[in-house]
Amino acid sequence: MAERPPATDWATDFDHTDPRWVNDPYPIWDELRQRCPVAHTDRFNGVYFPTRYDDVKAITYDTEHFSSRRLVVREVPVKAASPPITLDPPAHGPARRILLAAFAPNAIKALEASTRQICAELVDRIAEQDGCDAAEEYAKHIPARVIAHLLGVPEEDGDTFRGWIQDSLEEGITSYEKAMRGFDGMSDYFREQVADRRARRARGEPLGNDLVSTLLDAEIDGRPIDDDHLVNTLRLLLIAGIDTTWSAIGVSLWHLATHPEDRDRLVAEPELIPTAVEELLRAYAPVTMARLIVKETEVGGCTFQEGQMVMLPFPSANRDPEAFPDPDKVILDRAENRHLAFGVGIHRCLGSNLARMELRVALEEWLRRIPRFTLADPAAVTWSQGTVRGPRRVPVTFGH
Amino acid sequence: MNEPTQLRVTVDRERCQGHNRCYAVAPELFELDELGHAREVGDGIVPPALWEKARLAEANCPEEAVSIHST
Repeated sequence: MAERPPATDWATDFDHTDPRWVNDPYPIWDELRQRCPVAHTDRFNGVYFPTRYDDVKAITYDTEHFSSRRLVVREVPVKAASPPITLDPPAHGPARRILLAAFAPNAIKALEASTRQICAELVDRIAEQDGCDAAEEYAKHIPARVIAHLLGVPEEDGDTFRGWIQDSLEEGITSYEKAMRGFDGMSDYFREQVADRRARRARGEPLGNDLVSTLLDAEIDGRPIDDDHLVNTLRLLLIAGIDTTWSAIGVSLWHLATHPEDRDRLVAEPELIPTAVEELLRAYAPVTMARLIVKETEVGGCTFQEGQMVMLPFPSANRDPEAFPDPDKVILDRAENRHLAFGVGIHRCLGSNLARMELRVALEEWLRRIPRFTLADPAAVTWSQGTVRGPRRVPVTFGH
Repeated sequence: MNEPTQLRVTVDRERCQGHNRCYAVAPELFELDELGHAREVGDGIVPPALWEKARLAEANCPEEAVSIHST
């Protein structure tokens, strides 16, 4: 990635790719929340950064002034329609509706056994070692395999998927070419998958109940969706389902590897894991979305200028002391937890039920086989940047 | 202060976005449609043994779509 001048003042010149921000953003956000509470930068053609729970929520709900047409803060905007996430009302609702049933709790429940098998296979191999990289050898593989299973594409293509996502979401912040390489790679891949299903159907072969097959027949307003819509939606499901959950699993294991009292408590009380999952999602929410300001407005005493972007830092909202008592402390049995890890409003993360199930099962299987583990080298931990933040290296040793 | 004689939960269908938190916290009080959106079971009357669960369902809905009414 190109060298960029370091940020001089987080309130007026922030840069979310600055290594200090990437490595530990929470103290920066705490300071901004007290000082501003909406930061701004002229970098990336102008971006606002609200830090408070109420402001982030208000902007997320306001689809009149804040459009989803652009969702990622970049040097050069990329034209990549990804229905339904890049749509505003009224086009958004019907495009989302064709996907909801496949991600509803009952449908996700049917994926739990195969997810558990994926996790158990990985952890069985890892548990034989003295330690491992919990992000690289465990967390990273789970969502790619689960989503491949759901879409009906080969699980072995995980590395390819992750390469495209890295290009489109991380490298693509500053490189238009890499962003397009990622998007085009995914589009070509799904065009082939769709053509393959159509050919099989033409030969009279039965299709499975995977999403590529079932979405072939999806209709909006009584008309079949066109191939561009279909391919762009499939591409979205791939992007949204992999490094998000990889980050959530990785950061949860990172937390437990650095907080032995929390680790021991979950080993002793596995029934607490679903509640703990919510708290880990609150404290370390991976996703920061963005919106394009399409009409000037005011939120939280700050004017938002048309044509600029605004980031929606759900992880900062989740650390707002006005919304959560003792927000920087992970309280595994926190009972009241109205966190925003999956956003709110019409774009609520479609895969939230899937992500929660994967995170719970991943922790259950790991803790069952590897109850004792600690971070081997804090300096070796690295973090992804941009829309999705999570640890990419978490070296741990087992047995103490 | 007098204890309310009866509590009723409701889900605002316009606000519900299918986070599924109410159902996860209190499956006795909520049900989901095929798209994953929630509604209260039956008339929403909460047996006293489930008052705490109803309160948690309200406190965990990110959309603030769950509310409790004393009747």
